[in-house]
Order: sequence, then C-alpha cells, then structure tokens
Amino acid sequence: MLLRKSPDIRSSEITDKKLYLRRREFIQAAAVTAVGAAAATLGVPKADAAPSWPRVKVPNFSKTAYGAGEKPNSYQDITTYNNFYEFGTDKEDPGNNASPLKTKPWTIKVDGMVAKPAEYQLEDLIKPYALEERIYRMRCVEAWSMVIPWIGFPLSNLLKTVQPTSAAKFVEFTTLFRPQEMPGQRRDVLRWPYVEALRLDEAMHPLAIMAVGLYGEYLPNQNGAPMRLVVPWKYGFKGIKSIVRIRLTDKAPMNTWQLMAPNEYGFYANVNPSVDHPRWSQARERRIGEFVKRPTLMFNGYGDQVASLYSGMDLKKNY
Amino acid sequence: MAADRWIRRVAKPIVFAAALLPVTFLIWHAFHGELGANPLERITHDTGDWTLRFIVMTLAITPVRRLTGQNWLIRFRRMIGLFAFFYGCLHFLIYVVADRFAGLDFVDGVWAWSTARALAASIWDDIYKRPYITVGFTGLAAMVPLAITSTAGWIRRLGGRRWNRLHRLIYLTGVAGVIHYWWLVKADILHPAIYASLVAILLGLRIIWALKRSRWVRQPVQARA
Repeated sequence: MLLRKSPDIRSSEITDKKLYLRRREFIQAAAVTAVGAAAATLGVPKADAAPSWPRVKVPNFSKTAYGAGEKPNSYQDITTYNNFYEFGTDKEDPGNNASPLKTKPWTIKVDGMVAKPAEYQLEDLIKPYALEERIYRMRCVEAWSMVIPWIGFPLSNLLKTVQPTSAAKFVEFTTLFRPQEMPGQRRDVLRWPYVEALRLDEAMHPLAIMAVGLYGEYLPNQNGAPMRLVVPWKYGFKGIKSIVRIRLTDKAPMNTWQLMAPNEYGFYANVNPSVDHPRWSQARERRIGEFVKRPTLMFNGYGDQVASLYSGMDLKKNY
Repeated sequence: MAADRWIRRVAKPIVFAAALLPVTFLIWHAFHGELGANPLERITHDTGDWTLRFIVMTLAITPVRRLTGQNWLIRFRRMIGLFAFFYGCLHFLIYVVADRFAGLDFVDGVWAWSTARALAASIWDDIYKRPYITVGFTGLAAMVPLAITSTAGWIRRLGGRRWNRLHRLIYLTGVAGVIHYWWLVKADILHPAIYASLVAILLGLRIIWALKRSRWVRQPVQARA
C-alpha cells in the first residue's frame, strides 16, 4: 500500500533555487567580511598602502609605438619586486631600503676611449635628449618577467655626444658604491661596485636605452634612480642601475655576475629559451601576475631587430 | 601525574596550534593579496623555510634534552617531526602545482590524461636533471617512512632499537635540506649557511657523544685483559 505523506517542509521555507545556487558567493562574502574585519582591527598593512618614496612626474616625454598591445604590470608590482642587491637580496628589500639614497646631486664620469671625457652632472647629460616612453618586456634570468613602461632615451644618443674613438669596442657601466646609503653593500654578497658591459654595436642599437623614469614618473630609487640601462633582449641583470661611470674600452670587461659564477652567467646574457641556466630551465617564464608560465621567446621577442648582431655566433657558447 | 596531564592537555595543544601559525599566516595574507608581486614564489620559499626550521627543531630536541636535563622535551619530538613532514609536503605540493603544472603545454586541455602524464614526466625529469631538486626530494622522501612509523603501534612492531635506527634517516633529511637550499640561491648564502651551521652543530654533538660512548664500552674490555 502506498501512503502519501505530506512534505515536512513548507514550500515557503525552501530556499529559492536561484539563491541556493549562489550559496558559495554568500559564504565567500561572509568569509571575506569576517577576515577583513579581523584584519582591520589587527592593523595588518594593506597591499595598496601609499608608497614611502616621493613620486615626481616627468614633465615632457613623447609616447612611442614600442610595446603596443602589451599590458604593463602594475606600478605596485614594478616598484616592490626588484633585484637590486645593493639594497638587500630579497625582492622586497629594495623597495623597503632604498629611500635614504640621495640621487641629487649626481655625477656621471665618462672616460676611456672617448673624444670628450668628462664628469657630467646628470641634468646636463640628459638635457640634450628628447625623452620617450617605451613599453618593454623585461625577462629576468630567474625565469620571471614583467612589462614595464620606461621613460628614457637611446643610449646611442649619449654615446654620439661623448664620441667613442675608433679603437673603442666595448662600453662598461659602473653602479654607485655608497654603503652608508646602500645597506646591501655592507656585506660581500657580490663584488662591489656592480659592473656591466655591452659590445659597442649592442650599445648603439636603437632598442638599448638609458631609462630615467617609469609610468610617467622619475625612477624610484629601487628601480635604479636616477639613471639606468635597459636592454630588453637581454636578461634583466644586464640592465645596470644607478650608473655613476661609463667607460669605453677595447677589451671585453668582466661583468659582476660573470665574475661570480662564470659557468652560469656570461657576457652576452641574451634571452635564449634553448640555453638553460645550469640549475633551471629558461624555456618558460612566469609573467608576474599570471599562473600558467609563458614560453620564453628568443631574444625576448626582439629577434627581428637584434638577431643580426649575433649572426655567425654560437649562442650556446656565448651565453 | 600532574605534569603528564599538563603536557597532554595544555602544552601539546598549544605547541600544535603554534606550529600551524605559519600556514595560517600564509592563507591569511593570500586572502588579502599581501604576498607581494609573486605570491607563488613567496609561498614556495616560506613553506621551504618552515620545513627546514622544523627539521632543525626536531634535531635539536635530543641534544637540548641531554644538555639541560629537561627530559619532558622528548614528548614533543614526534609532533615537531610530523610538522616538518607536513610543511615539506606543502612545499612539494606547491612546487608541483606552481612550478611543474603551470609550466605544461596542455595540448589536450587541462582535464586530460595527457596532462597528468605530462605532469608526472615533468616532475620526474626535474628530479632527475636538477641536482638541487634531487637532494630536496631525497630529503622529503626520507621522511615518509618516519611519518608512517611514527605511531606507538609501529614502535612496538619494530622494537625500540630498530625503530631508533630507522629514524636516524632524519639526519639525511637535515643534510639534504641544507644542500637543497644552498644550491638554489644565486649569491647570498647567508641563510643556507645559518641552517648548515645549526645542522652541523646538532649532528656534530651526536657524533661526539657516539664516539665517547664507544670509548667507554671499549675501556672495561681492555681493563679486564
């Protein structure tokens, strides 16, 4: 026999299906509210807290087509995730420790095989050149990458001004050494001061720039203020920061990382997915802010413009 | 005994809760987007750091107990050791997801057998090819039998002496963990050097004590002769 039993629950008490299907949102919202309230009372600093360094707009610069279609990383990411061992070896150290560095006045010594050696005041050195914004990909040797809207001028303009002699074949750059204001330099983590170099034809390439700003503002100290090198087809460590000396020479200079570990870091350091770092693969990279790793592109995707610089060279040997 | 009940009812739950704080903080900060620009890297490094810290704490219990005579410390050794294994597993899992899985091609989409196969191959290749991964994985693998045999039942089944001998594998984990860290840093060896000194001291003390013990054992034999 079949008995029909009336339902225990009145239909008015049953949760509407639409609402039921959204139950996860409610739970999430409740959790976020609860945790948020707790965080507020504990005074946990928020990620979007105002930066502790001064932000000064660059008055005049022109936009360019470089990097059209690329989505730049946030100002927050670019200024709080840095490799600048002069201020500490953790990624957050430069952003936390770089503010005391005084970048005014700033002199840059240009010497070696040049027709016009001199000690330049930064302002005088930059003044003659029109500043432009270029959005470049930046690929770190540690297999992460960012997209950064730099403001700067082609390095070739600067070199034309100081006139390398016909014997000059390399350009060497040196970072400031000032342990009082650069706490990372108080320990011998690297051989200070930091040195980087380019072949003269690489330095003359139109993609190589001297950057003085990013996101429309002058560089924060942690990004290499007041002037740094940006060579977008090479690993990030080639982009030497806070430059105080530019020397032209006929012998290949030793760069700091090559001195540290010559089997891991070479002079060229061109982005190359087919040559692994001895300890990790360079085939892919994590773009900051993304989960799935992107395939790394030869010369960081600038091969059309720069591959001819290396024609006939064995890039496995010249890493 | 009152002291025994105090350890069981009060001290152990407190230590247990404290040992969960690092992972709680990670989840908390993740919720707030406070893990910096590269959260996956931060989580990987943090769980690795905590694995090493718990390994060092585990290794410290016997020497500290011996030097200070605070025998109750032994009551916490299993828990601390299991937390070392817990953070080690988290560390490995995050590596599998953030480093290996995220680096796949997904030729047939994410939910496909080929993805699982590619993931397994990718993990295996990495363990085989990259020395610092090889030693790190060895250190974790050595903790697996220790975690399994951490129960009272297993101590009984193996017998105290055999159980003790098996659990010396934690020395291997300590050494492997330090090498794993040392080999992955680029230039600044300060932190791996600190862990290396701690592990060296804790293992060194054991060697010294073992040598002394063997001398005591030998001496009466000679005296009798």
